Amino acid sequence: MLEIKNLHVKLEEEEKQILKGVNLTVEAGKVHAIMGPNGSGKSTLSYVLSGRDGYEVTDGEASLDGEDLLDLEPEERAAAGLFLAFQYPVEIPGVGNMTFLRTAVNAQRKSRGEEELSAADFLKVVRERAKTLKIDADMLKRPVNVGFSGGEKKRNEILQMAMLEPKMCILDETDSGLDVDAMKLVSEGVNALRSEGRSFLVITHYQRLLDHIKPDVVHIMANGRIVKTGGPELALEVENNGYADILAEVE
Amino acid sequence: MALPKVKIDTTEARLNALSLPAAAGWTQTARQDALSRVTEMGLPIKRDEYWRYTDPTALTSVEPVAASVYASENGDVFGSTECLHVVFVDGVFDAEASDELTLDGVTIERLADSQSADIHWAKDLFGALETAGQNPVQRPLATLNTAFATDGLIIRASGKAAKPIHVSYLQTKTDSDAILRHLVQVDAGAEVTLLESGPAAARFNIVTEVSVADTASFHHVRAQGRDHERRAATAIFARLGTESAFKSFTMTANGVMTRNEVVIELTGDDSIAHVAGVCIGAGRDFHHDDTVFITHDAERCESRQVFKKVLRDNATGVFQGKILVKEGAQKTDGYQISQGLLLDDDSNFLAKPELEIYADDVACSHGSTCGAIDETAIYYLRSRGVPKAEATDLLTLAFLAEALDEIDDETIAETLRDRLAIWLERPQG
Ligand SMILES: Nc1ncnc2c1ncn2[C@@H]1O[C@H](COP(=O)(O)OP(=O)(O)O)[C@@H](O)[C@H]1O
Ligand SMILES: [Mg+2]
Repeated sequence: MLEIKNLHVKLEEEEKQILKGVNLTVEAGKVHAIMGPNGSGKSTLSYVLSGRDGYEVTDGEASLDGEDLLDLEPEERAAAGLFLAFQYPVEIPGVGNMTFLRTAVNAQRKSRGEEELSAADFLKVVRERAKTLKIDADMLKRPVNVGFSGGEKKRNEILQMAMLEPKMCILDETDSGLDVDAMKLVSEGVNALRSEGRSFLVITHYQRLLDHIKPDVVHIMANGRIVKTGGPELALEVENNGYADILAEVE
Repeated sequence: MALPKVKIDTTEARLNALSLPAAAGWTQTARQDALSRVTEMGLPIKRDEYWRYTDPTALTSVEPVAASVYASENGDVFGSTECLHVVFVDGVFDAEASDELTLDGVTIERLADSQSADIHWAKDLFGALETAGQNPVQRPLATLNTAFATDGLIIRASGKAAKPIHVSYLQTKTDSDAILRHLVQVDAGAEVTLLESGPAAARFNIVTEVSVADTASFHHVRAQGRDHERRAATAIFARLGTESAFKSFTMTANGVMTRNEVVIELTGDDSIAHVAGVCIGAGRDFHHDDTVFITHDAERCESRQVFKKVLRDNATGVFQGKILVKEGAQKTDGYQISQGLLLDDDSNFLAKPELEIYADDVACSHGSTCGAIDETAIYYLRSRGVPKAEATDLLTLAFLAEALDEIDDETIAETLRDRLAIWLERPQG
């Protein structure tokens, strides 16, 4: 599904190397987790995969089902099935959440040569999926993420994911700022989407989220590289001992 | 003070090319008075304080600059709105294309027709608000209009108008030079809505004087759109009585040059005046100027000015807005916001917001911002699969939404939103 080889990334504006040779393969239907200390490059990896400006790939490659991602525009990557749930969801004053969702869904349908959903059909699906995430009508009407609480923003990301039905979902610290109940809601939302053809890359700082979304593989990222890969037990090790031991071990 | 030579020459040349109507009837005195006033003050030149951001040359030249005729494939914005439709072609009334001028709650007649009489109720209105509106800022193009207007509508609402009056201005000639004048009297308790659309002419000078009596209300919505090359100088002069309401909204796309002036005097307590507008423009030739002057001369009145401009590719947008609160106009609530959204680094938004307050118990605020589109929001939308152009349009509409919300009638607002979306999709089309 997702294949990243020797990915090197620096900031466009500065001579600062952030990713220093990331190698990662996520197979179809699997859940991979990336853990790592702050500043290790986790968000940068997710931004570069989704096509954000400001980064320069100096070496390496990334592909989705064999298709080179790095040459595509962000909207083309989305149409190819890539989705990023943002660590910091963006507020868009003046654009209603519902309008935003419908524009996105229809844009993707259009790019795949499918007919746009009628307003009525769309509404029905949104309401149903919003309900399981405890997103009420008011949140759907309000401008995208404006005045949303941290938890509301994250649930809104998962709603977008549920509506767009991507095959490769990257979740960047979706657990940060969530209380226990919200964490459960979000995890259930994610788990409901798990399927054979859909893969997840769950970026998180803490083991907590991985109790709910059980990963198949856990990677530790430090200083722009994947420094260790293992099973779910690796997350527990981090939880108990912190990153220091692992980092010392790989030095 | 002696006028600069260039002003004298410009004025002389322009006035010599115009002639007063042969039989002006009841308008005669006002027209002659206007002619001597405009001769005395002179037409605007670029050096004038109130024309610093907008070059008036093309508005005062003897001949209009030729403007190609634009045929809209979308039809008139208000073409399918339930209205009394009135049509002027190149500034000339088109009886064939117009509905009969009868409407419940309102009397409507043509200025040109009315001049066969020597006495008319509108005599106290014609030129009166324009004259009052010359102080403290001169508006000579409006005075020229008083002298030389060839036609227009005289509207008197004595009750609630059964439907809006829609004036459609068509252009068929590349060199048409139209001067029109509307007079609107809204009697106590009455209500009327005036809609306007279309390019009108290669060059268009239009003035509307509106007297809104106690508890009356006047709504005005105008679409100046897609008529790529026309030049227009418009002015609205309004006087508001007690507990009355005046609301005017203008949407503009393209047009080489637009100067929209609105001059409002709140003379009765508890009245409200809202003026708003959006414009989208592209290209070096695009120049759009909103110049608004609202005077509070009564207690507890509310005024709002909300203007938004989207500019790209060397376009220029201008906003000059003033709130003047006179002594004794206590409890005034004045609000003014003007914002420019620049879609590239080459466009200009020039704003001159002004507040002048002589009462001590008032709440007035004004703000002006100018910025680029939010790149992070664009990226967010694109990451959801929305192409860049569509994302830009969506954010542009979002930017303009606040101004469009000023329109009370939701059906009309929706009509304008739909048209705006079309204009945005193919701004050059
Ligand atoms: N646009 C940027 N400008 C400056 N520094 C950046 C930028 N993006 C990332 N960085 C730096 O790159 C490093 C990795 O950041 P990030 O990818 O956000 O880490 P993580 O998500 O693992 O906490 C940090 O040192 C961060 O400060
Ligand atoms: Mg991060």
